[in-house]
Amino acid sequence: MTVLGALIPISVALGAFGLAAFVWCIRSGQFDDLEGDQHRALFDEDESGTR
Amino acid sequence: MPLDARHSHDTVELLVPGLTCAACMRKVEARLSTVAGVSSARVNLTNRRVAIRFDQVRTEPEALIDELDRLGYPARPLSQTDTDDPMVRESRALLLRVGVSGFAAMNVMLLSIGVWSGADAAMRDLLHWVSALIALPAMAYAGTPFFTSAWNALRAGSLNMDVPISLAILLSAGNSVLETAMSGQHAYFDAGIMLIFFLLVGRYIEQLTRARARSSASELLAMTGRTTARVLPDGTREKIATADLEPGMQVAIAPGERIPADGRILVGASDLDRSLITGESLPVRAQHGTEVNAGTLNLSSEIIVEVTRAGDDSLLAEIAGLVGAAERGRSRHDQLAERAAKLYAPSVHILAALAFAGWLWATGDGRLSTQIAVAVLIITCPCALALAVPTVHTVATSRLFRGGIFLKDGGALERLCEVDTVVFDKTGTLTDGRPRLIDPLPDAHPAWPLIAALSRASRHPYATALNEAARARKIVPAEIEDMSEVPGQGVEARVNGVRVRLGRPGWVGTASAQVALSLPDSDVVHAFSFAQSLRPDAEAVCERLRRQGYDLYMLSGDHPDAVAEIATATGIADARSGLTPQDKHAVLKVLRDDRRKVLMVGDGLNDSPALAAAHVSMSPGSAADTTQSVSDIVFTGESLQPVLTALDVAATATRRARESIGIATLYNVIAVPVAVAGLVTPLVAALAMSGSSIVVTLNALRQRTPS
Repeated sequence: MTVLGALIPISVALGAFGLAAFVWCIRSGQFDDLEGDQHRALFDEDESGTR
Repeated sequence: MPLDARHSHDTVELLVPGLTCAACMRKVEARLSTVAGVSSARVNLTNRRVAIRFDQVRTEPEALIDELDRLGYPARPLSQTDTDDPMVRESRALLLRVGVSGFAAMNVMLLSIGVWSGADAAMRDLLHWVSALIALPAMAYAGTPFFTSAWNALRAGSLNMDVPISLAILLSAGNSVLETAMSGQHAYFDAGIMLIFFLLVGRYIEQLTRARARSSASELLAMTGRTTARVLPDGTREKIATADLEPGMQVAIAPGERIPADGRILVGASDLDRSLITGESLPVRAQHGTEVNAGTLNLSSEIIVEVTRAGDDSLLAEIAGLVGAAERGRSRHDQLAERAAKLYAPSVHILAALAFAGWLWATGDGRLSTQIAVAVLIITCPCALALAVPTVHTVATSRLFRGGIFLKDGGALERLCEVDTVVFDKTGTLTDGRPRLIDPLPDAHPAWPLIAALSRASRHPYATALNEAARARKIVPAEIEDMSEVPGQGVEARVNGVRVRLGRPGWVGTASAQVALSLPDSDVVHAFSFAQSLRPDAEAVCERLRRQGYDLYMLSGDHPDAVAEIATATGIADARSGLTPQDKHAVLKVLRDDRRKVLMVGDGLNDSPALAAAHVSMSPGSAADTTQSVSDIVFTGESLQPVLTALDVAATATRRARESIGIATLYNVIAVPVAVAGLVTPLVAALAMSGSSIVVTLNALRQRTPS
């Protein structure tokens, strides 16, 4: 059972990493225009502007 | 917001109301990025804005706005307060809380599985402590909206849905810490954090539906434009901000511009399009001494106006005030979920208190009694209830979206379902607002090239209609000279030195019809007549509505004759003409006092107070941006069918919402006795909560299949 001593921190750390990534996504505005982005995925040419 | 001063780069955010589809997004971005000096342009389709990064040396925001104008997308810059959009900040903060609670819920659940699968006492305590370490901070952070709202309600001496939610969260957290410290078997960290997660998901869904709704009154005032040419006493002109206008100042208004303030014409004569204010479809003649209102469009020639009322005193500001007041009045409407919550919160508290008292009396064990009371609170917590309505609204919104109907407020669906009276505006709503030529000349008639050439010169709706007719026949405009527009009369030009006129019959030399054309080589005068064109299915839609039992009204600011014509065509018995915006608002009030639930369909700015006063409101996509922002529902396309579709979808959605609330209630009826009996372990609580939430969500999705 001592293996849990390692596994629990690892799983929490992985979760925290995911959360941090999510926070970064929100901060950088990737969730600000869900409606626009769902269409943007279908555009053929390169994006006309970088953000 | 300047980003990098060294390279003189700046970012400007423009509001572009015409941004409604993916194609617009692409067109606007592509065009802007070809402008010299623009390094990037990015559209936000949700709030209809475009953020442009540009080089200050090589271009300026004014030029970018002009560029968008030419592309057919009128834009206006956002003021500093607009740019700092509270909606975006709120939405981000909420999403962050969803993320934090989701992360915590997953991890705590994982640890709970260890506990449930039969860990020994020491291991169980360890897992409980780790759970507490994750859950407590997450609860404190993610639960803040509930705590604040509950606290505010309690301070105001009332109860809302957030009171039992907060109580359940706090009690489950406190009780679980206590249990963990005392090495007990049951801790509810998982249930508490999951509760928050589900509730937040419901709130975020609601927030997404609302994202398009915007404050309307401020947009209304933006209609007058930003700057105006002021005429100084010595005759010179300077640019002045519209906000700085004061009574007594003189301003020059070029053709095609809107008048920025109420006033009186000093110099010049012109045709004015007052449709924004009055709904009149035809331009009116204005000359020296005529009183004019802010928001009126000057059509034919320059006029100089002395300002009498500016800014907050103008008629436009008055309309904005009416709209604001009416909207505040409507937000008090009790929504389905709120009504359910009002019943729900007190009964839950009484139940938990009874369970505690009963067990304490029966066993004398305070710890056990608390545990059972907490279990009751957790199991009754309105997860399913909180998800029931938002999920139904989201699915209904996407159904409407596919039919070209944009719903701005989920609550509108419930209100739509109660409607028994439909009130239409005429111009732009039942009709498409443009006159149509009804007795055109034969296609090969020699007068066509002349018509094409002359009609190009004027902005008058009749001229536009003639020009469209000519273009539809692929007529090449004739060669003409010395063309000039005579305000209020028509267009004059010379062909081979002979004068020709297109315009008012009396001016051209005949007494009949609405527009006449004189020809250079004969005394013959051609007369043209126009009719208002109804939307293609206006008659059929009115007929269907009548058969479904709705009372129909038509309110118009237009002439009685024009109104009677449309009333006959659509079969609307109660049609009123010559109404001002205030009159329309008053009619709506009378209907409301009559206990009628009114759906108002209108497009003009003159309709906006009435739209805001109605139980529910709809506007066509061709409506003024302001009018759209007042309306609950905006529909696109030429057809009026969306009115029927919206009523139909609303009926289904409200039925589903009622069912979902029923399911949530049924779940409580089963779960509460189990909890009161002391049989709810954390495992049972977790399963019951997820189960009911999933069932409610699935029920909402049933709308997708056509009934």
